[in-house]
Amino acid sequence: MLDKRMSLADIVGQLEDGMTIGIGGWGARQKPMALIREIVKSDLKDLTIVSYGGCDVGMLASARKIKKLIFSFVTLDAIPLEAHFRRARSAGEFEVMEIDEGMFQLGLKAAAQRLDFLPCIAGLGTDVMTYNPDIKTIKSPYSDDHYVAMPALNLDVALCHVLEADQKGNSHIGGPDMFFDEWFCRAAKKSYLTCERIVETSAFNDDHKILRMPIERNLVAGVAEAKFGAHPTSCGPDYGFDVPHLKAYNATAKEGWDGYVSDFIEEADYTAKIGGADHIRSLALPAF
Amino acid sequence: MSNSSPEYSLAELAIVAASEIFRDETPEVFATLIGTLPKLAGYVARETFLPGMMMSDGLYYLAAEPVPVGPRPGFESKKEGRIGYERVFTIVAKGNRHAFVGPVQVDKYGQMNLSCIGDYEKPKVTMLGVRGLPGNTVNNRTSMFFANHNKRALVEGEVSMVSGAGYNPARYPNGKYPIGLDHRQIITNLCVLDFEGPNHSIRVRSLHPGVTFEEVQDNTGFELVRPDNIPETAAPTQAQLDIIAKYDPHNMRAYIFKDNPAGRRAS
Repeated sequence: MLDKRMSLADIVGQLEDGMTIGIGGWGARQKPMALIREIVKSDLKDLTIVSYGGCDVGMLASARKIKKLIFSFVTLDAIPLEAHFRRARSAGEFEVMEIDEGMFQLGLKAAAQRLDFLPCIAGLGTDVMTYNPDIKTIKSPYSDDHYVAMPALNLDVALCHVLEADQKGNSHIGGPDMFFDEWFCRAAKKSYLTCERIVETSAFNDDHKILRMPIERNLVAGVAEAKFGAHPTSCGPDYGFDVPHLKAYNATAKEGWDGYVSDFIEEADYTAKIGGADHIRSLALPAF
Repeated sequence: MSNSSPEYSLAELAIVAASEIFRDETPEVFATLIGTLPKLAGYVARETFLPGMMMSDGLYYLAAEPVPVGPRPGFESKKEGRIGYERVFTIVAKGNRHAFVGPVQVDKYGQMNLSCIGDYEKPKVTMLGVRGLPGNTVNNRTSMFFANHNKRALVEGEVSMVSGAGYNPARYPNGKYPIGLDHRQIITNLCVLDFEGPNHSIRVRSLHPGVTFEEVQDNTGFELVRPDNIPETAAPTQAQLDIIAKYDPHNMRAYIFKDNPAGRRAS
């Protein structure tokens, strides 16, 4: 019987300096934060991070883990600007590949299909092309149109957080939006999932859940249970994002972030430290 | 003109003016409305002349009815479909979308910045990132909102980091504009601008009550096209004000402009 269960530390033990790591979720939603905290505690360095960014990017930036960031935005959603990212970006602490949101998904989809690139028109006429001279345009073989040839974003590893998974690597995203987790996994050599709870495979014998199971198990190398593992980002439908926590976290970009690391990231009982299970379950889902 | 002229704020005037960006839209356009003013403007359009407009609930679903702005504990949006980000990207590429956005800077070409200001390697100010602006602007109708019409927002030369494309032929591989590049209007606290000057240059379309062309030009970093006759931005009707109030029960519109000024300046 397949058993891909691992600990968070086991998963991070599979990562190496210099790797290109894709992180699922979007902004302050559905981020594999338990794994991010584990990476912050590790000796890993020189990572290329590929993310529709939120506090995952901010924390890795302030922990000096990022050599290069491939991104379209970094935001905490309810709080538009991510202070740790802003500080590190303005200090020039890492290289950037800043691209349109749609180009980003095409890069993952090109990698998923083992193609060098996929064409689009997003990027034309903008400084995305100026500051990314490696991104080329091509003339259509069928007309006089010119397209951006968005290069494949080949990932060494994808890290995603889902609602439920079984030990074989089947998984169910609680949603509502499944974002691009599927495409991160398809673009990666290896994918690791964290989940709110490990369930029996029989839990997926359910026509409604099946509609929210975009990642087939043979994409998944390992699964770790991490209850509240997306906090302080949201994990629908179980909990929303923790706005007061995110505000306090954001403030540490200026004040210095060592206190946040010792108070939360190095804290053995994270759930208790942030107010307990009932508090997290009471966090309202995002609404805009 | 209207039978009795109701009292209105500058925010309400600008919301109603902004609703007009959708006047020539396709009957079932997907409108992306980001922020209090764009949302309320879209809702006014939908309730008065564009009943088929499609919009998101801001999270994941197509909303069958506009979702009020501001806090709404216990409110459940009425859904008519789903519109997750992956589907949004395919809609962007297909083209039938009007994005009403709030960039940090715009220039004479209609190029927008949402990324950073200053040296790109070590920016003086880092903002959000280019987000979806590159794709939006070459595929969809685009309108913009600026709460503070000044030379830091409507800049001289080009914006610091061109995140959204505009009518600058030098920036395209064959000098040809992409198929979907179609900038419509810019709504500000002073006026309404459009791209109907020669070669898509930016023109003053209407001036808010009490504002002169000179005041607008003095607060703009590039030269504006001045038509012979510039109309005054139309005052909201009571029916339009009622729609705004219905979808903004907590008066979030009072925070659109600093100090929530009246629509008609005290003379």
